Amino acid sequence: MSNEIPPVIQALGEAVSAEFPGGLLAITTFRGNHRFHVCPKHAYGVLKYLRARAGFGMLIDLSAADYLQYPDLEDRYGIWYCLLDVDNGRRLIVKTTANDPDPKVESVVDLWEGANWMEREVYDMYGIEFLHHPDLRRILLPDEFVGYPLRRDYPMRGKGERHNFPVLTRAEG
Amino acid sequence: MALEDYLGDNIFVTKLDEIASWCRKNSLWPMPFATACCGIELMATGASKHDIARFGAEAMRFTPRQCDLMIVAGRVVMKMVPVLQRIWLQMPEPKWCISMGACASSGGVFDTYSVVQGIDRFLPVDIYIPGCPPRPEQLLQAVIDLQDKIQRTGTVFGSEFDRRFRPEGPRPLSLEIPLNLQIVAPGNFETSTRLISDSNKQPGGGQPS
Repeated sequence: MSNEIPPVIQALGEAVSAEFPGGLLAITTFRGNHRFHVCPKHAYGVLKYLRARAGFGMLIDLSAADYLQYPDLEDRYGIWYCLLDVDNGRRLIVKTTANDPDPKVESVVDLWEGANWMEREVYDMYGIEFLHHPDLRRILLPDEFVGYPLRRDYPMRGKGERHNFPVLTRAEG
Repeated sequence: MALEDYLGDNIFVTKLDEIASWCRKNSLWPMPFATACCGIELMATGASKHDIARFGAEAMRFTPRQCDLMIVAGRVVMKMVPVLQRIWLQMPEPKWCISMGACASSGGVFDTYSVVQGIDRFLPVDIYIPGCPPRPEQLLQAVIDLQDKIQRTGTVFGSEFDRRFRPEGPRPLSLEIPLNLQIVAPGNFETSTRLISDSNKQPGGGQPS
């Protein structure tokens, strides 16, 4: 796989740049995955444009990562959206960032309904708030859980949540 | 004239505890608490090649009220522990528990915030099976060993469990890592070493003593 950006992606990037001046920070390609690095301020607008005008009708995946102390990166959280153009078979990854305190991005549930649970999972694991999400609450961890365990500064062995249970003895059984 | 001579081979004399245990050990009804890949081996043990029915334990029931042997096969996460304990409490006495596989017995490789490091911290366990996952033969051996244990210790009213009020597993720790021990992030992504706060630098990679 070459790491050259194909003309169709380049043209799409130019169209996005024309629509949102300063919104598209970079276009990169790695092993056939084409990535748009988008300024957080314009992320929702770019995604809406890609959905409505560029034909990316399907949201394949939405996830995040914590880049705390990652070399040569300034923003702490990365959030990405894997998009698919079902008609033409094009794929595109849109990446944006968020930062402490109160990491937040705009929800895309009104663009892709399937983003609902994926955004809830990102909120559950990283504490990134999705503004205007219809039902933003924990999805995997218990409601009373405190903290966001996939953040890098969360201790891997937890803060005692796996020990906090009554002990059943043989006679109680 | 001895009683045996009078009655001949038609009757044998034993103790009530032993006959009750003999009945119980040969008709164990397992509750399959299968949460991971060990559950597949548990199914293989029930299938025709290994055939747990040879040991009278083929009646897997998916309601705890009909079971007297719980086989915990797989890792148990903190969200599952209340469920596990409730199922255990719903099983009628006398009952036994097999902890199948490395994860159920010790957490296995999953030393993370959510995975319980051995169900015996919160639940009485009779037999542990090592392996990841164990072979069906190992599970059958565990059933045989449990049968032996039931025969040796069983009583007709289950009174062998009466006075065991003390937790018998490892002590459930309130916290394994001291709060002042910071594991922040891999400090160096090439070697994955961890950062430890300077005030608490310990030999041995910062493992709590």
